[in-house]
Amino acid sequence: MLGLPIAPPQASTTAWQVDALALFMLLVSLLIAGGIFLSIVVFCVKYRRRPGNDIGQPAKRTAPLEITWTLVPMALAAVPFVWGALIYLSEARPPADALEIYVVAKQWMWKAEHPTGQSEIDALHVPVGRAVKLTMTSQDVIHSFYVPAFRVKTDVLPGRYTTLWFQATEAGDYRLFCSQYCGTDHARMIGQLTAMTPGDYAAWLTSGSTATDSPAAQGRKLFLQNGCVACHETGLAPNLQGVFGQPVILSDGSTIVADESYIREHILTPGRKVVYGYQPIMPSFAGRLTEDDLVQLLAYIKSIGSSP
Amino acid sequence: MSAIAIPRRHRTYLAVDYTIRSWLLTTDHKRIAVLYLVSITLMFLVGGLAATLMRLSLLSPTSALVDSETYNKLFTMHGVVMVWFFLIPSIPSVLGNFIVPLMIGARDLAFPRLNLLSWYIYLVGAIFTLFALVNGGVDTGWTFYTPFSTSASTTNVEAVAAGIFILGFSSILTGMNFIVTIHRLRAPGLTWFRLPLFLWSTYATSVILVLATPVLGIALLLITAERILHVGFFDPALGGDPLLFQNLFWFYSHPAVYIMILPGMGVVSELIATFARKPVFGYTFVAMASVAIAVLGFLVWGHHMFVAGISTHAALMFSALSYLVAIPSAIKVFNWTATLYRGAITLHTPLLYALGFIGLFTIGGLTGLFLASLGLDVQVHDTYFVIAHFHYIMVGGMVMAYMGGLHYWWPKLTGRMYSEMWGRIAAVVIFIGFNLTFFPQYILGYLGMPRRYVVYPPEFQTLHVMSTAGASILAVGYFLPLVYLLLSLRLGKLAGPNPWGATGLEWQTSSPPPKLNFPTVPVVTGPPYDYVGRAAGR
Repeated sequence: MLGLPIAPPQASTTAWQVDALALFMLLVSLLIAGGIFLSIVVFCVKYRRRPGNDIGQPAKRTAPLEITWTLVPMALAAVPFVWGALIYLSEARPPADALEIYVVAKQWMWKAEHPTGQSEIDALHVPVGRAVKLTMTSQDVIHSFYVPAFRVKTDVLPGRYTTLWFQATEAGDYRLFCSQYCGTDHARMIGQLTAMTPGDYAAWLTSGSTATDSPAAQGRKLFLQNGCVACHETGLAPNLQGVFGQPVILSDGSTIVADESYIREHILTPGRKVVYGYQPIMPSFAGRLTEDDLVQLLAYIKSIGSSP
Repeated sequence: MSAIAIPRRHRTYLAVDYTIRSWLLTTDHKRIAVLYLVSITLMFLVGGLAATLMRLSLLSPTSALVDSETYNKLFTMHGVVMVWFFLIPSIPSVLGNFIVPLMIGARDLAFPRLNLLSWYIYLVGAIFTLFALVNGGVDTGWTFYTPFSTSASTTNVEAVAAGIFILGFSSILTGMNFIVTIHRLRAPGLTWFRLPLFLWSTYATSVILVLATPVLGIALLLITAERILHVGFFDPALGGDPLLFQNLFWFYSHPAVYIMILPGMGVVSELIATFARKPVFGYTFVAMASVAIAVLGFLVWGHHMFVAGISTHAALMFSALSYLVAIPSAIKVFNWTATLYRGAITLHTPLLYALGFIGLFTIGGLTGLFLASLGLDVQVHDTYFVIAHFHYIMVGGMVMAYMGGLHYWWPKLTGRMYSEMWGRIAAVVIFIGFNLTFFPQYILGYLGMPRRYVVYPPEFQTLHVMSTAGASILAVGYFLPLVYLLLSLRLGKLAGPNPWGATGLEWQTSSPPPKLNFPTVPVVTGPPYDYVGRAAGR
């Protein structure tokens, strides 16, 4: 239409799947709407009121038609339901070997931290051909991480972690939007996502002057600075090696998986879900740690999660 | 005055008394309908003004007119005013108030004084909200998402929440009044399955009004408590859960979408039967579809939260239920179309609006199926695609139906006919203007243009300009009826009791009706829309 595009570029592994589903829906919709519109026009002309046709003919048996146009659309609806669900479920399950990047949102900027220590604002560099998993949280209100070219979007909430993954297929610069209204400069919370060939990405990682310690190493520093070692490495509190992702038994007898949200919650409100067999002696770190600090601590605890 | 010669009880409801006091203290459902008509028309102009400023501003990617904060307040005002102070009361409170007692052969609603109270509550809520919106404004959007609305926004959230909270009581009382009226005041012989379909949809709407509105009230109260008393319901910094608000809000607001469409469906059923001169095809299915929509409408709120971090199990359930709730709507569209088959059709203004409704509602409904599909929703959620979708339902659907109903019952309301030529022209202009405004927004949305953006990347400008151009045509379309309907009050031909040759009790009394509607209580002996029976003298 007027040379205007009707879809953004397809730059991720899910993009074409979403477009195929959209195209299917569009064709079916055109068929249904076309049928209805055509019937209306034909009936309005053919059955117009005129001498000899002053009163409409009431329908006689309607039930068979009613049952048909109840059951057929129901059966038809199963297709976009299942198709859409399959895409959604695959988007909900990141591959195990995905490159993990942390994203912290706040009014009105995006901050990303790479596992190798680079951090960037309102920009995100990722390699093409490799799954990238974002673990995201917000420092204030709800935001939403949206890259139209990748057909991915997930809300970024305060007080918990949400994840999103994608695999870029085409190198290039793409728009990153905040799509959940977040206040005055919501419309300016825009960043640029740059997908690079693996070679360029490796070069970018080493060239950057912003590179510092990895999030896990910085987390280890915080772990020392805040005195966590005093208990967690002396037996007063559980040793955190190998804990991440494992079930933990709580003092009330219930079991919880030590995931991102549990660890975050426990640092901020330690008294709520105490591990079985330990005293509730841990102080709250609420107000003393920023979201960035929490992300780094999390990265550290994850990094020692895999070692025996 | 010659009117003195006519005994008071035989005068029309408009001519009973001419004082301001007689209007402000009336308990006559017909006069209260007129009070609502005037109030919601004013609110429509306020909401429309906000939309106009937004569309003008969006002509330029760097915002042609207003700054961010003003824009944010404008879309909040547009949403709050249009949803709560225009759409929700539109067909129920104006057309419903006027026509429900007439349709069932009653003298008034079950609780006439409560009905007047509903209008006063509406008025207080509207004044409260307008004052807060004009005097500083609110920047949360009509959705009041937390923790932005509780912890970040520094605008008049409490005042607007209070205004909407007050308005809620008006909705509840009106809904209750309709439920009791339809149960208790039907004329002899008017059994449930002889009810005109408008009454089935009004009944279903009333049930939603009564059941869902309290949840909105609670959600707004909790927001106010968190803002003023710092009780942590929603803000995680206070120990709350931000998604709890979304659950509460959409538990009301999705059923509210059906408050905003079911009455329109009822009007369209009446219009098609009258102008095709035959019974609505599959009457029982159309009636039951209204009930099904009212029930299923309560079970789909989670589809507003597919990308908000809900569990995949919940997402799957809500997606499936969203497809299910679409089925009764589809049934209605098929039945209306089938009603035209072998009808005796005249394309008068009300039918043009009804056909416009079917067309736009079909497009809005089909694009709703895009949104119900999980993988597709991820791409278009919170973009202009959603904006286009719900405007096709609420403006393309409900406002078209409201205009159709207003034109259809205008002769009954005023006793005068409007200019048929101008009526048809306006209906066509509105249809064209609407599509030019909102169709480009579907494409904008799929391209990734997020909603609630005052500035936007330049690649979206062409479509935005197209949309604004369409909106100017739409504005002309809405302005026309304001002129010719008002002119008809003086210049219109006298309508007579039944200008459309329709069945239905409301057409058996004079236009405008006398204060007590019917000289004697009518008795119903047959099914609705029985044109064949009437021609045969039954």
